[in-house]
Amino acid sequence: MNTPADLAAVGAMTQATSQAPRELRVQYFALLREQAGRRDETVVTSAATPRELFTELAARHHFTLGAEHLKVAVNTEFADWSRPLTAGDTVVFIPPVAGG
Amino acid sequence: MSSFRFSHEPIDIAPLRDELLDTHCGGYTSFEGCDHNEGQQVLHLEYEAFEALGLTEGEKIMAEARERFGVTRALCVHRLGDLGLKEIAVWVGVATAHRDEAFKACRYIIDEVKHRVPIWKKEHYVSGDSGWVNCERCAVHAHDHDHDHAHHDHG
Repeated sequence: MNTPADLAAVGAMTQATSQAPRELRVQYFALLREQAGRRDETVVTSAATPRELFTELAARHHFTLGAEHLKVAVNTEFADWSRPLTAGDTVVFIPPVAGG
Repeated sequence: MSSFRFSHEPIDIAPLRDELLDTHCGGYTSFEGCDHNEGQQVLHLEYEAFEALGLTEGEKIMAEARERFGVTRALCVHRLGDLGLKEIAVWVGVATAHRDEAFKACRYIIDEVKHRVPIWKKEHYVSGDSGWVNCERCAVHAHDHDHDHAHHDHG
């Protein structure tokens, strides 16, 4: 368990934009689900924002779609790519939709 | 019951129409969206949705339609899972006192649903090939087509 002093030390060691590693949930749909080979996963990451998280996961899973073609949802609401992520958040990257 | 729904079974219109109509409505407009061949010969299709977000976004669209067009009653059902050509992929029904609002609201709902609700379609072709509509082309040639990207216009 981290004490406040530990957290302060971690904070001092890292840039303001980065985070101590923590668990995030990621769910995948459609093309991203197929390319990731899974419907969801728990990742331990220091990615501060959905944009940073996507960069990390795209490298790991070799996604063919760039972030410019996606939208993002955090905890089942559309979110901004630069929104801060906190432990336990569920992130979904949304490929171009094709309803109807 | 909510006015925007997903169905994992074939869409049965009669009970939806029955649910929608009441004695105060002078007009009823409906739209049925089916899949068709555009380019490669399609054998069957697969619809997938991020249902939790899809339901809230869909419900917002229905509320917007009721607000903008003074519609009293509207329903929309989108099919998910595996389906064949000519099966109904999406159904919209709007009942109002006057027909003009019914047409406008129906059009508004289907347009917004196509662009905003997180639903994806995979086409399986006769050739044995398959592809996620709007996704594969983005990945391969990002900028050399005029495909429908209104998806990105909404926040």
